[in-house]
Amino acid sequence: MLANLGYFALVIALAAAVYAAVMAGLAADRHKPAWLASARHAALLTWPLTTLACLALIALLLTDQYQLEYVHSVTSRAMPLYLKVTALWGGQAGSLLFWSWLMSTFTGAALLRKWDRDRAFMPFVIVVMMITLGFFIGLVVFFENPFVRLWQVANGEVVGSMLAPAGGLALLPADGRGLNPLLRHPGMIVHPPMLYIGFVSFVVPYAFAMAALITRRADDEWIRTTRRWTLVGWLFLSLGLIMGGRWAYDVLGWGGYWGWDPVENAAFLPWLTATAFLHSVMIQEKRGMLKKWNMVLIILTYALVIFGTFLTRSGVLSSVHAFAQSAIGPSFFAFIALTFVASMYLLFREWDHLRGERQLDSLLSRETAFLLNNLLFLGIAAVVFWGTVFPMISELATGQTITVGPPFYNQATGPLFAALVFLMGVAPLVAWRQASARQLGRLLRVPFVGALLVVAGLMLAGIRNWGALLGFGISAFVALTTLFEFWRGTRARMRATGEKPLAAFVTLIGRNRRRYGGYTIHLAVVIMTIGIVGSNFFQIETQGQLKPGEQLTLGRYVVTFDGLDEFFTEDGRQVARATVSVYRDGRFISQLHPRRDFYVDSGQPMTIPGVRSTIEDDVYVLLVTWEPLAANGATFKIYVNPLVNWVWAGGGVFILGTLVAAWPDAAEARRRLAAAVAAAPARL
Amino acid sequence: MRKGFVLVSALLVVWLAARAAPAAAQGATPPGPVTDDDVNRVAKLLYCPVCENIPLDVCPTQACIQWRATIREKLEAGWTEQQILDYFVTQYGERVLARPSTRGINILVWIIPPVVLAAGAFFLWRYLKSMAPAKSGAALAVPANEPPTDEYTRRLEQELKRRF
Repeated sequence: MLANLGYFALVIALAAAVYAAVMAGLAADRHKPAWLASARHAALLTWPLTTLACLALIALLLTDQYQLEYVHSVTSRAMPLYLKVTALWGGQAGSLLFWSWLMSTFTGAALLRKWDRDRAFMPFVIVVMMITLGFFIGLVVFFENPFVRLWQVANGEVVGSMLAPAGGLALLPADGRGLNPLLRHPGMIVHPPMLYIGFVSFVVPYAFAMAALITRRADDEWIRTTRRWTLVGWLFLSLGLIMGGRWAYDVLGWGGYWGWDPVENAAFLPWLTATAFLHSVMIQEKRGMLKKWNMVLIILTYALVIFGTFLTRSGVLSSVHAFAQSAIGPSFFAFIALTFVASMYLLFREWDHLRGERQLDSLLSRETAFLLNNLLFLGIAAVVFWGTVFPMISELATGQTITVGPPFYNQATGPLFAALVFLMGVAPLVAWRQASARQLGRLLRVPFVGALLVVAGLMLAGIRNWGALLGFGISAFVALTTLFEFWRGTRARMRATGEKPLAAFVTLIGRNRRRYGGYTIHLAVVIMTIGIVGSNFFQIETQGQLKPGEQLTLGRYVVTFDGLDEFFTEDGRQVARATVSVYRDGRFISQLHPRRDFYVDSGQPMTIPGVRSTIEDDVYVLLVTWEPLAANGATFKIYVNPLVNWVWAGGGVFILGTLVAAWPDAAEARRRLAAAVAAAPARL
Repeated sequence: MRKGFVLVSALLVVWLAARAAPAAAQGATPPGPVTDDDVNRVAKLLYCPVCENIPLDVCPTQACIQWRATIREKLEAGWTEQQILDYFVTQYGERVLARPSTRGINILVWIIPPVVLAAGAFFLWRYLKSMAPAKSGAALAVPANEPPTDEYTRRLEQELKRRF
């Protein structure tokens, strides 16, 4: 009953989305405001309908309706309540439904918030967003329906279908198969929604960009209108990536947080182009240049968002053969191709119209720095994209698939990231239009000497790895230039207004949120870089078999094996839990419990590390194997991950910086208007 | 043009240096009894075909435990790291290598990125050249193709529309 209701709501939502797209297009073409109002209402209507479908599915998940294929495949009676709710996005069909719901929510927000302000864009914003939404709802309705029931047909096979197949008997399983053990983690509550919110919110700037192209408005109105959407989407995508890393570190048991897994790459790719976009729109806003390029970047970001969803959802990653088997693979492929070609057509139609309003004044200028930033971001994106799709290309060409693992990505992107971080330190000091090399040299002298001192200090401390020295040196350099910028601004304010240092600092940031929010994000990236360099270059590990009472030594740490328990849990896990003591320089510091959980029903083992975490380093202990009676001991693998906590700390600063940059600022809006008016006589 | 070549070649040098560095780091098998760490050093470079994207040194499945046992046997028999990698490639194909080889079509995985990057750098350079003023000109002069009145009206209208 509830399943029928949910499905029915989705079918109507699909009809509403298609109607809205068609009506909005016609309304703009024939200048019929009433049709446009009707299209808008239909677009808004998709929200209650998809909400109803999501609620229906959640209710079915919570009430153990295992006669439904989806409920049966992602939940089981033993699962805790929060996992039953989050199972909404635990499988393919449900996550596509959830995607649709988010898309519909964002459409509603965009149409309600901006309606009067951007009247001219609205018909086409509706068209673009409803086509995207319609595509996703269509996938759910026609291919990946979470509401289908299980039936047993005459030949004994079990099939899923909305209606009873001929001679089919309704199946009523007593329990479900349960969620994939890897997903049974509190991270499931936040990580997937954050990524999806990030993905979906980039559709808004894309829709406005397309509307600007269709309505032939070459100004940067679309960028200003969607700036906050882009920032918020970017924040969520960044957070999703960082939290995914943390989750992997906590439960996957391989001592790291980023494995260049294709699914990770799928989320990282749009992040890269979006970050390039966030930077390069500043040139358009300030200088009226790069209009075409910004269009290219937002089109790429949109295509990569859909591509990312496609990669994680089509099963194409494990093998290209899955592409043919999966019903949604070809649909995704066709949709990406069509939207990309259509966007590019619109862009080329407006090509001449989008010429820059100004010329570049000098090769040494902020504009050039931003362009280099774009080159590096897109270069990294190209490398990651190539590495991700190459196994498929290889399989198609030779029939043999290959693995493109972390060594490739680390080598190929490492130097590019180093250059990017370095640029992050220099670029904010380079003046717009034309910078003077001498002045730039003067500004950079102190940070440069400071960075050299840091490197010298590290060498004195015995560090000889040139990659790490370079990484830490660049980090020190960027931290100093960025802090110096805060200091310069504060000092100027103190001189001009006579404020006390703290007051000057706070007003400085409050008055220039975008700039200082950006700098704060830069500092966050430096903190994360220190963590990444530390944990990549100085991770040490060892493995050994221990009898109770024996010990393993790694660096300054000694780990002794105290004992091992084995027990069953209520949710169907067979757990082996070891107890080890960690000593540092001979002093006891902590007791850890590395475990191995074996999910009996799915036959899947999970290695949960025991971690002792400080700002300096993490001791990360894994239980590799053990003898059943605990008599002969167990094998442990131990990692020491230096500075890894800096990665997460940087994530915190990152959020702070983005919030500062994105926070609504009424004073700024007034000031910008006043500045535009004041600047006018000078231009005349 | 000179600066562009410097930029492009600098990027290429950095690239090649990074490419070459780990190749030099591969050592021979140390003498003495084979430890778990020796096994893991080799296992780190391999992926089993079943467990997706989990390096062999940490993969907890039964199949991977057997692979690690095989590595141990080979090491005890005095095989070098390269011989063991080659053995697994012959048995299971190229997909077991974490680092794609440079054989056959796989060379493309290594070649395309620097080529794309160099092309990007080249296009950026050409763009900058075409946008930049002639060397003799006064760099800060307002370009002639900018109609100030239109710009002002456009901005004012745009701001008014947005605020009121």
